Amino acid sequence: MALSGLDIYKHLPKTNCKKCGCPTCLAFAMALAAKKTSLDKCPDITEAAKQILDSASLPPMATITIGEGAKKVEIGGETVMFRHEKTFYHPTAIAISVSDNETNIQEKIEKIKKLHFDRVGMMVGVDLIALKNDSNDTDKFAAVAKELTDKSELPLILLSDNPQTIEESLKNISQKRPLVYCANSKNFEQMSRIAKQYNVPLCICGKDIEELAELSQKITALAVKDIVLDCSTRAVSKCIQNFTKIRRLALKKNFRPLGFPVIAFAENVTEASAYICKYANILITTLDKPEEILPLITLRLNIYTDPQKPIMMEPKLYAVGTPNENSPFMVTTNFSLTYFTVTPEIENSKIPVWLLVCDAEGMSVLTAWAADKFNAEIIDTWMKKTDVANKVKHKKIIIPGYVSVMSGKLEELTGWQVLVGPKEAAAIPKYLKTIWK
Amino acid sequence: MEHVIEKWPGNVYELTIGATKEDGGTRSRKVKAGGINTLPFLHFEGLTPNQPLIAMEVWDIEPSEWPENLKNEFNEVLNNAAQWAKKCEDLGADLICLRLLSADPDGKNASATEVARTVKDVLSATSIPLMILGCGNNEKDSSIIMDISQIAKGENCLIGMAVKENFKTFTAAAQAGGHSLIAETPLDINLEKQLNILISDMGFGSDRIVIHPSTGGVGYGFEYCYTIIERTRLASLSNDKMMSQPIITFVGQETWKIKECKADETEKPEWGSLKERGVLWEIATASGYLQAGSDILVMNHPKAVNEIKNHINKLMEK
Repeated sequence: MALSGLDIYKHLPKTNCKKCGCPTCLAFAMALAAKKTSLDKCPDITEAAKQILDSASLPPMATITIGEGAKKVEIGGETVMFRHEKTFYHPTAIAISVSDNETNIQEKIEKIKKLHFDRVGMMVGVDLIALKNDSNDTDKFAAVAKELTDKSELPLILLSDNPQTIEESLKNISQKRPLVYCANSKNFEQMSRIAKQYNVPLCICGKDIEELAELSQKITALAVKDIVLDCSTRAVSKCIQNFTKIRRLALKKNFRPLGFPVIAFAENVTEASAYICKYANILITTLDKPEEILPLITLRLNIYTDPQKPIMMEPKLYAVGTPNENSPFMVTTNFSLTYFTVTPEIENSKIPVWLLVCDAEGMSVLTAWAADKFNAEIIDTWMKKTDVANKVKHKKIIIPGYVSVMSGKLEELTGWQVLVGPKEAAAIPKYLKTIWK
Repeated sequence: MEHVIEKWPGNVYELTIGATKEDGGTRSRKVKAGGINTLPFLHFEGLTPNQPLIAMEVWDIEPSEWPENLKNEFNEVLNNAAQWAKKCEDLGADLICLRLLSADPDGKNASATEVARTVKDVLSATSIPLMILGCGNNEKDSSIIMDISQIAKGENCLIGMAVKENFKTFTAAAQAGGHSLIAETPLDINLEKQLNILISDMGFGSDRIVIHPSTGGVGYGFEYCYTIIERTRLASLSNDKMMSQPIITFVGQETWKIKECKADETEKPEWGSLKERGVLWEIATASGYLQAGSDILVMNHPKAVNEIKNHINKLMEK
């Protein structure tokens, strides 16, 4: 939680020495609160005050990086409890678990590669591979970890509470910065030493939130900075409540020991969906079929969409189905929700359609029309840009029912016949089946 | 360690649906929605007196647009609303959501008398509480709702959809038949509150309303609905009585029409098994809305219903 200028002022020397460049200590405090200067400009600050102010200026939940290079994954760094308060920044990283008893690693990697999907021009997919030490064999685990690192681009999570097993694997792959899971009350000293030595993030596991906070403090004292939290229970109700408690303590109380991302485990889509909403930063799952992962990835995309920036569709002529030169030609705006409401209804009609999505700055039909971003001139411009005249022979435009007033102007500009379509997308199938034919 | 416990001043109205013999109805049991005084499933903070309810959809015409793998679950009853409803009761639905789509003027255009008979048949065939929806055509729905309300009088049903254009008729009908009312608005929290005020201003109890803020399937506007539900629930906990009604979402309806639940393996091999995909999509959508705060979920596929019911039981564990 950010400190106010006055909160900061209390900890300054109050000498008004001007060495920091500000006329008074209060002015310096105000500049600090506004993040316009840094604390090191003050030569006389006490060590105690420095610690308090430094920790207060840290984000309430740390951002942790797993992996390196193009496929590295950032998690945490969240600042709000509800997406409408601002936005959620780092989507829940989805990790597919793999057993070190797996006989055909190559096949498994190919399977995981297929868990990537094209969603309106964006490739989205799973982020991590979580390697389990089912064999209890150190050499086997290290060998599979190496093979996964060599053959897959996805960063790893190493699941073993045996420090020797972890260290043996890290010798080969530590430069890829896998997440180590996990340190617990028994092994945390060794695990901390390893995490520090190999510079990798460390997940800690406590039997409850209290033990987790305690362990987190001990491990931080051993100079491990990149921490992920696991509160050990796998019961969905307990997990959701624990994640809420941890996030509240971090964000609302600035409670440092819990100011880290949390990890969840799910064996089914139902619980995985709940964790994506509330508030898993990493989700380790045994699910690995496309039909299981696609809904999860799509849900994650929805929850982590910035509510202040509507997703816009690329303005262009979309072929819904396989339309030909006699197929209906409809126009709408590039607000993603508009597109996602209209397209399924057209698909439902089973009639192929040319759908012209005009650039209306991401606004819905009525809003865009009111703001003059969706009018006859704009439709005419986009019809020319997308060369509709060469794809559609019947010279008829179907416009949304709400903007029927532009019919005259649009006919005048384009020379095409304007048909007023339904106001609501739900009425499109009926419209196409009855009125269009 | 001191956890952050919010002291919410408000709570959600508790609504009873259905009437047993003692209440003057014929249902074997009643169900209750709402009543919660904290955010969803935060048992450390407050009370969740009633767990979220699952209603199953029953149509009075054959749902020709449904994909085969959903239709197959109901094949033998799709042309008989009463038998269909009975099947849903046996499948474990908390209540039936009867949609009178035969009334659609562009379809069968069934009369008020005809649909009222269907309502009566469904009531006779089942013993669980009933939710009744029109065909979605405002004018037609206004002309049939009074007959529907009368035929189900005393059964304490949940009827809808009251929208800006027809809420007066619907409110009067619900009032006359002793039913509760679903108020539907198009994804706008201000319009949502306004419609509740308009309905209450007619002398209808604001504790007899259920909010439908619109529903989007996952990938199809889910995030807008999710956030409106969260904001509505926060408003009720802050004691805004015109936003303190239970919330309903139409999960099944918004799932089974999207491409992801219809495109088969030949069209979209990269999406995996269609048979599983549709069910999982309905489950993901339902699970998400439960976390937002939906109190009643209207669903379709028996497997999804079963899975979500088990999930709710787990979420209710303290």
